[in-house]
Amino acid sequence: MMSLWPELELVLPEVSKPARYIGGEGGMVRPTHHRSKVAWLLTYPDTYEIGIPNQGLQILYEILNEREDAVAERAYAPWVDMEQQMRSLGLPLFSVDTHMRASDFDVLAFNLSAELVYTNVLNCIDLAGAPVLAAERSSQDLLIGAGGHCTYNPEPLADFVDFFVLGDGEEVVSEINAVIRDWKRAGKRSRHEVLRALATIAGVYVPSLYEVTYEGEALVSVVPKFDDVPAVVEKRTIADLAAWPYPKNQLVPLTEAVHDRLNVEVFRGCTRGCRFCQAGMITRPVRERPVDQVRTMIADGLARTGYDEVALTSLSTADFSGIEEVVSSTINGCGDASASSVVGGNKGAHAQGTNPAPVAVSLPSLRVDAFTVGLAAQIQKARRTGLTFAPEAGSWRMRRVINKLIGEDDLYGAVESAFSQGWRRMKLYFLTGLPTETDEDTLAIGELARNCVELGRKHTQNPSVTVSLGGFVPKPFTPFQWFGQNTVSELQRKVFLLRDSIKRNRGVQMKWHDPKASLAEGIASRGDRRIGRVIYEVWQQGGTFQEWSEHFEYDRWVQAMERHGLSVDWYVYRHRTQDEVLPWDHLSAGLHKDFLWQDWRDALDEVGLEDCRWTPCYDCGACTGYSIEHIVASAVPPAGGSQGTGPPAVTFEPQSAVAVQLAGVGSKAGL
Amino acid sequence: MNPNEAPRTRIRVGFNKLGPIRFISHRDLARIWERALRRSGLPVAQTEGFSPRAKLHFGLALATGYESDAEYLDVDFSVADMASHSVLDALQGTLPDGIGVIGAVLLDRSSTSLQQAVTCCDWDIELLDVASVDLGKWVEQVRAAATLMVTRERKGQQIISDLAPQVRALEVGEPTSRGVRLLATLGTQPRACRPTELLTAQEPHYRPVLVRRTRQWIEQDGARLEPLEVGAAPALHTGAGVQ
Repeated sequence: MMSLWPELELVLPEVSKPARYIGGEGGMVRPTHHRSKVAWLLTYPDTYEIGIPNQGLQILYEILNEREDAVAERAYAPWVDMEQQMRSLGLPLFSVDTHMRASDFDVLAFNLSAELVYTNVLNCIDLAGAPVLAAERSSQDLLIGAGGHCTYNPEPLADFVDFFVLGDGEEVVSEINAVIRDWKRAGKRSRHEVLRALATIAGVYVPSLYEVTYEGEALVSVVPKFDDVPAVVEKRTIADLAAWPYPKNQLVPLTEAVHDRLNVEVFRGCTRGCRFCQAGMITRPVRERPVDQVRTMIADGLARTGYDEVALTSLSTADFSGIEEVVSSTINGCGDASASSVVGGNKGAHAQGTNPAPVAVSLPSLRVDAFTVGLAAQIQKARRTGLTFAPEAGSWRMRRVINKLIGEDDLYGAVESAFSQGWRRMKLYFLTGLPTETDEDTLAIGELARNCVELGRKHTQNPSVTVSLGGFVPKPFTPFQWFGQNTVSELQRKVFLLRDSIKRNRGVQMKWHDPKASLAEGIASRGDRRIGRVIYEVWQQGGTFQEWSEHFEYDRWVQAMERHGLSVDWYVYRHRTQDEVLPWDHLSAGLHKDFLWQDWRDALDEVGLEDCRWTPCYDCGACTGYSIEHIVASAVPPAGGSQGTGPPAVTFEPQSAVAVQLAGVGSKAGL
Repeated sequence: MNPNEAPRTRIRVGFNKLGPIRFISHRDLARIWERALRRSGLPVAQTEGFSPRAKLHFGLALATGYESDAEYLDVDFSVADMASHSVLDALQGTLPDGIGVIGAVLLDRSSTSLQQAVTCCDWDIELLDVASVDLGKWVEQVRAAATLMVTRERKGQQIISDLAPQVRALEVGEPTSRGVRLLATLGTQPRACRPTELLTAQEPHYRPVLVRRTRQWIEQDGARLEPLEVGAAPALHTGAGVQ
């Protein structure tokens, strides 16, 4: 097990951003490998600077390295120039921690957070020196695992990955480790044997142990080949976030990365019920972290890392019961000696009566309402340059369909409040191509943006509103999983329709996501096992980094579909029927299929659904199925207008329940 | 008292940059120092304005990929007297592997900035697959040349300049396991001469495998001092361990 560093250091002067490959982060572990320990190479299939802040990967890194019978290191997809160097010199994928070759590990485990990285997964397996097709791997080859949100439809990667993990990884990773440890200690005899053993762990799906049957284009069934393999694989859910205060030693990169700040997860799960949002559906129920633990994690984290910014992460951070308390103690902790115990990032500074550096708080994914703007104002005491809101749809009708229930009053109230408090720029996130969307709905986005600019004129000379438009891609385990995605040309038409309608409006700008990329995402999002051939072919033709617009090649995807006789129309554009077997029907996120179907019908009827954490249970299945419950400190919804807080006498009262982002926060979080 | 009007003390910190961390950029290094100083708890002065930052003044940027035994950073503190602070102790454990503090010194208020004060640097340049004899000839040619014209591009314009006055000293060093060393002293005023420029000043052109800055020099009144030797009161205020 030799370090590849002597070879790598000769290559690094030739590539862009060489610091991507050196490791050495604060919090990094240099584990001692041993034949009695399972060696994991946790791999993020995108560049270092995108992958390093991934919290899931960091949590598993710590949990595994705390174990006596495991070691974990990390790898990231090498950028194209580095890959070229590696391939020409015969250098394999390597860990950044100790620069060991991937083949010196037992498991190559991927985090899958977006479909367009799938070709990178294949590329990393290949660079690691293992056969890309699972069926061709021998018992001495790496075991290939994957976790993350995309594993809720793992079928497109079923031919390449040995095992998938559904849901929270904190507990199950140790169970998997135990199985692989025993297999390794017994001499890694049969690959089939270890896969059979893995399949008996709740939350673990081993695709090669299932038989898939088709009838023409239609998928008929995915059934286990053996009695001890579960017919339905259930996701894993940790009951209490408080039991898992990870990461304890967040990695501090030496070079520039996205989200380069302390990240503290304040809750997991979301029951706002936005119907397009897969994350909200598959991570239920809501499990809040106790306020005291959040404060401790912030204090310890700042002291250890030296960061001057902390992000309180979740799917809707303004919904956290302790949000005001945590925000004010973090901000005021810096300037107030009496509260210096809260913010340890400036240890010693208070005692010396000096001027400590302030700590900034960022809140990705907030709602759109006055309460939220108030929070933002508290945080951004100075430099109020830009705020980001995600109303997702322009008309109230459309927002009812997607269950993003923000009323006009709340929306414009938030906007007015923001401009009046000194913000000058606003970014608004929208989706187009949503179910039942008419041109009127699309054009309402422009209307909304114009109204925001008008409100801004009352307070500032040159208010600016940027509309950011994404094409909607239906996702598994959401009420919209049956919806036929808009065609590329339809999405393009809508984008241009909106662009033309706001072209002459001063103060309104527009950006949009490439509808062609949405198609490729759609192919993988709801594809079955046959889509694996397409991914394989796009990869073989050099199609890596497909989520990077400069590398995305639309024609490759479309041509690969054609060559394998797979219809884009059938896979992407077609509405599914209630009785259709979906490629992920043998997996479960806890959600009852009839709950999702009913929610889909409600969407078409423009009926909203309130947040169940403060209202009676709808029995979606996420709690009842696993005998767990919401853990929410506050029994009442947050103040300031939000879904579920309307007058009870009315059947449904529009209230706001919209994600907001502060400027500077990653663009994906709010979508 | 408005903390922004607090008295200022400037301390020069010397440090090295060795091993894999040589591949981080100058910007990355600045962020690492900001975090380290925040962790140290030292009363670092902050810039005014909406987005306060630590008042740090870096010297000549080191190219990404180069090592160094001699990097310097001037830090402003918001107190008049740093006697009660041990800068070296406070920085202990706050910097990543590969960056080590080599000393600190209190500066005069009138000290010129590192960028202006440093006039030349010593370089240790490791070359792969080059015989000492051949390098020796190359060194003789460079030394003998009346002019060393090099062309570089800046903002789309070709700029031709003569490196000869910048090459203060040049000799072949000890062989290494992979090649041989070239030792050079290169001027930094009005513009720092880069080791890679030197290597292309004369045929054949060499490519370095590892470059290390070993010294920075401040020449004043005929004397040559290192940046930690120009302090008003060396070592006095900076805790134990400073020479």
